[in-house]
Amino acid sequence: MEKIFRNLSLSSASLVFIILIGIFITLFLASKDAINEFGIGFITNPNWNKEISIEIDAKSSNETIKNSKVNEIEDFNLESDLFSDEDDIMIDDEDDIIIDEDDMLFNEDIKTTFTDYGALVPIVGTILTTLIALIFALPIAMGIAVFLSEIAPKNIAYPIGIAIELLAAIPSIIFGMWGLYYFAPIIADLVGGYQVSLLTAGLVLGVMILPFMAAITRDSMNTTPDVLKESAYAMGATKFEVIKDIIFPYSKVGIIGSIILALGRALGETMAVAFLIGSIFALPTAINSPTISIPVAMANNFGEASGLGESSLFYLALILFVISFTIISIAKLYFLKKAS
Amino acid sequence: MPVMNIKDFSFTYPGVDHPSLKNINMKIRKNKITALIGPSGCGKSTLLRSMNRIHDLYPGNKYDGIIELLKADTQKMENILDIKKENEFIQLRQRVGMIFQKPTPFPMSIFDNVAYGLKIAGIKDKSELEGRVEKALKDGALWKEVQDRLNKSAMGLSGGQQQRLCIARAVAVKPEVILFDEPTSALDPISTGAIEELLVELKKDVSIAIVTHNMQQASRISDYTAFMYLGDLIEFDKTENIFLNPKEKQTEDYITGRFG
Repeated sequence: MEKIFRNLSLSSASLVFIILIGIFITLFLASKDAINEFGIGFITNPNWNKEISIEIDAKSSNETIKNSKVNEIEDFNLESDLFSDEDDIMIDDEDDIIIDEDDMLFNEDIKTTFTDYGALVPIVGTILTTLIALIFALPIAMGIAVFLSEIAPKNIAYPIGIAIELLAAIPSIIFGMWGLYYFAPIIADLVGGYQVSLLTAGLVLGVMILPFMAAITRDSMNTTPDVLKESAYAMGATKFEVIKDIIFPYSKVGIIGSIILALGRALGETMAVAFLIGSIFALPTAINSPTISIPVAMANNFGEASGLGESSLFYLALILFVISFTIISIAKLYFLKKAS
Repeated sequence: MPVMNIKDFSFTYPGVDHPSLKNINMKIRKNKITALIGPSGCGKSTLLRSMNRIHDLYPGNKYDGIIELLKADTQKMENILDIKKENEFIQLRQRVGMIFQKPTPFPMSIFDNVAYGLKIAGIKDKSELEGRVEKALKDGALWKEVQDRLNKSAMGLSGGQQQRLCIARAVAVKPEVILFDEPTSALDPISTGAIEELLVELKKDVSIAIVTHNMQQASRISDYTAFMYLGDLIEFDKTENIFLNPKEKQTEDYITGRFG
């Protein structure tokens, strides 16, 4: 019995690990074509789905063209031999003409087009929207948490706490619609520029991560022992001093945890951002210019993508995976170590 | 000479009909240790927590009667139950410090813990802070153990050291009275002994009121003892009188271990 229980809990724990590695491997395999094609330069390349005409290097291309031509000519000869044995001379003449024609065709094809993919724009869009969301949400979430855990009387703190938890339960598409129809015009009036932009997307994202941060921070502030607060008050500390010197340091770990969770959510948020970011592949020139984020790029382009384009989307997914993974690992290892 | 004088004091918690303390009359004498003993729920902690009005952190309490505190410069008694403004509360708590049942080191370094009360009282000068922290840690009988790790977190100290740190922290702001709410109940006998010695040492400078469950402790260190039962002050006298020839039957029953 003891053994079964042990193995059962072990296998459920390792399942998560296996899924994590499995996702990484499938992403890697699916994005292999794009990785081979673009390499690490993908990250710094601002193009996406852009037809670029390229001049193939003259010598090597001529050789390959000749090789392929020879094959074709041989095929042609075989066919023509079968059909017209009697007029060999004619065929020789024809052959010459055909080669000329072929050369002309290939000469035009040397200036061929090539579709270029790069991840710089969505990476920048993702990081900037997340940053705006955090900068907007962090102080407000701290204010809410301090108010709910320390300042508000119980009969007020309770309904506000419930309202905040309900805010966390609203599906992201509703935030997207609300943001597009009601919030974006207000922002555009205030700051100017487009209604759909980096700023609008970041602010709505901030509203979305706000309840998580506030609720977790409030809970960890509530774990501060009363006697610790009382002993600070007994030293003659004011409420502000108790919050600043006792409650914040005491709940530091919980606050960092809430930021990490919010970061994770903000990095991967798709629907609400898709409504609001503008979805154009252009580097933002100002805070109110439209751009695109990684999840939105994936959601918008999967339908039509094929071949290298599809592989590039998987490459994007891999990058998002690595970004979130790194940020959360760094935050966990560095800050939590520092806090404890 | 009394430093605190409690007259006809009654206290009612919010949402409760009957008072938890009824008509308490007693004195905290200057540079003496006054012990409050009695079975659980008798109101001794409630009385102690009224003396620096730490109760007021939670709303809805009802005070009746008078608790007077001696004002050092004018030698006049002031009623602390009249206090309503926050800055007066802060002054009161700087004059009447408090030590709790469990050690309560703040989540900061040892030095910052002791300097905390001084800093929030407005002392910014670094050398003055260092001098007063050293003096307080010496008063708290902790200096030798921590002098080479003042910048380490206070959480790394043992329970007994943490409690002495809290006492040093309270002493640092030079209060007139320190209230101890069962300060040794979470500690081992050796740490308890160290704290008891410290209290006897401290009474040269401050007046002490201590709530204790441990009657031997009360008899060892206190000069005056109050026996409380179910919200009433049954008997208040010199410690040797309470323990050797109590006037009340209930006091005798309690200290001889017949109940409680």
